[in-house]
Amino acid sequence: MSIAIAVGLLTAAAVYLFMQRGMIRIVLGFVLISHAANLMLFAAGNTAFRGLSYIGFGEAGEQADPLPQAFVLTAIVIAFSISMFMVTLAITTTTDDDTEDVEASPARLLAADRGDTNDAGYYGLTTESGDIVVDHGEDETGDPWPEKASGVENSEAAAPSAETPDAEAPEAAQTREGETR
Amino acid sequence: MSQTLPALLPLLVAVPLLLGALGVAVRKKRLIRHVLSLGTLLGMFGFAIALVVITSDGTILAHQVGLWDQGIAIPFVVDSLSALVLMVMTVLAIASVLFAMATHEARARFFHPFVLILMAGVSGALMTGDIFNLFVFIEVMLLPSYGLLAMMGAKLGAHGARIYVSVNLMASTLLLVGIALVYATAGTVNLAELHGAAKEDPAVALAGGVVLTAISIKAAVVPVHGWLTRTYPMTSPAVTALFSGIHTKVAIYAIYRIYSLLFDGDERFLWVALVITSVTMVVGVLGAVGEKTTRSILVFHMISQIGYILIGVGLFTMLGLTAAIFYLLHHMIVKASLFLSTGAIEETYGTGEIDKLGGMLKREPLIAVTFMVAALSLAGLPPFSGFVAKFAIIQATLAESHYAVAAVAVVVSIFTLLSMLKIWTGVFMGAEPDDLQERALTYQQRMHGKRYLRVEAQAETPTLTVGPPTATTSAVLAGKQAVKVPLKLIMPGILLACITLFFGLGAELLMGWSATAAENLLNPMDYVRAVNGA
Repeated sequence: MSIAIAVGLLTAAAVYLFMQRGMIRIVLGFVLISHAANLMLFAAGNTAFRGLSYIGFGEAGEQADPLPQAFVLTAIVIAFSISMFMVTLAITTTTDDDTEDVEASPARLLAADRGDTNDAGYYGLTTESGDIVVDHGEDETGDPWPEKASGVENSEAAAPSAETPDAEAPEAAQTREGETR
Repeated sequence: MSQTLPALLPLLVAVPLLLGALGVAVRKKRLIRHVLSLGTLLGMFGFAIALVVITSDGTILAHQVGLWDQGIAIPFVVDSLSALVLMVMTVLAIASVLFAMATHEARARFFHPFVLILMAGVSGALMTGDIFNLFVFIEVMLLPSYGLLAMMGAKLGAHGARIYVSVNLMASTLLLVGIALVYATAGTVNLAELHGAAKEDPAVALAGGVVLTAISIKAAVVPVHGWLTRTYPMTSPAVTALFSGIHTKVAIYAIYRIYSLLFDGDERFLWVALVITSVTMVVGVLGAVGEKTTRSILVFHMISQIGYILIGVGLFTMLGLTAAIFYLLHHMIVKASLFLSTGAIEETYGTGEIDKLGGMLKREPLIAVTFMVAALSLAGLPPFSGFVAKFAIIQATLAESHYAVAAVAVVVSIFTLLSMLKIWTGVFMGAEPDDLQERALTYQQRMHGKRYLRVEAQAETPTLTVGPPTATTSAVLAGKQAVKVPLKLIMPGILLACITLFFGLGAELLMGWSATAAENLLNPMDYVRAVNGA
């Protein structure tokens, strides 16, 4: 019964978080709902029909079913790694998604906090600025690859000052977006 | 049966996984990564062909990994269906990787490792005889996909990747819940032990329903298809082609496998599948009407085609399953071919928007022919594999007197043809837009930098292709010279188009294999015996 209630509460909280617009909240929702799923897996081992899981309170075979525990362990690892990836996605872009208010975007806040106006996250990540697109290696001729394309300098010139990020940065980001599309 | 061959099955998972990790380690040597990736994929393809030949007489190979006892070990089982699907998927992976090498996407350090790990997950998911391991292998397959989607789609923003990851994590969580319920009600997650459990016990049937719902989300069946059309066009054409042939199709394979074993083809629920597939066919094809880019039209058609493939579950007769398996294999090849041939245009001219393209028939006759072949095959015209597939599906539906479903299938295929003609008239016919050349040059410059534009000045009209530059590059960039899709970008699409023609003319061969696979699905006792005997 306690597990059923816990699953219900976790799911309700997760659904509430899914309804929010911020990506971080959605990620937290996923953390909660994966807990709910893991508890269900535990319940599948029929905790209700088994003995107390303390040493000395009965036969080892009656106390626990190892299979659901192995399942939960695997599921936790998978859910954790995907959640981390989602957190990364949440802070890589700022302007291309309506799930995030521009002012409140974590990437913007982090960059503004450092006063780092050259940070890709400050403008929203694009092809030109993004290491995420291609590896910076060397090509056959020994020159660095890929070459930084034109456009980067322009938008850096149009970069807003660190003190007034909210007023100007969205416009800068918008022009950048227009260029890339 | 000899024990050595089944014991090799885990290699299909282990080798790509290990070599993928090795690919990450060779940082500077791009050539080694290319060779490693293509070599592994070719090796997997060879192994898959061998498996197809061995299983073509109904043999089922089973191996308990690590030789643990039955019930404890992870069972790997290969029957005709899994071998066929694996074979086609390796072909698609090879074609997509060749395309990505031509577009220089494969230069990215993690591209090849991601593809290899993805393929490890695919072969695991196709072979495993255990629902929980199915979940694990689907995740192994999805994790590198998230990376590929975000990496290659970064120019379009992380929007697509966010939706993709969220939906897939949601579906995975639901799948996990379903597995928990199956374990709670049936006491096992081993598919061989679960044989027929859902037919006997309504509680297991409900749990199995949760599992099938979760997998249907991954297969993008209407009404849970929305994510597909919003994510697949948001990455590069090579990755779209790879995903189109692999992700939703692994889910479809799982639906067939689970319905055959867990539900034992239960007749009580077949009408549900028929209703869902009919709606899927219609919604997919109508959704394509409103789209403006080649790729989003094709993605909507994918949904419609998934409906066709799943008719087989709704019929669960020998004829229906044979036709559906044939359709599945045909569809994977044709769809990837379409994505690659329109992708070649998109990669060269910088856009897939129908309004901004035109006159490609004159400019790129080879792509036009490739597209035409695949498009006609998709719509179901002879002499391509699509005709055989659609004909067999409709025949099987009529044999079961489901006239409404057959009518829907016919009408939808007419709409499919209209949609393909929309791309054809928009992209290949008509006048060439004035700014086509300029847009292409701007795009190439942005994507590859000036140094990677090479001019073929020797030709009658100097052409511009992607590659190390020559002295005349800047001259061409300044003036107006012909931009042309390089042959290496067209080849993968041609390869797949040839396969659809081959399976259209020689349908007998693939039909025979599909029939064996269908027989295995209809008589799951063979599967159970193979697992228990291994």
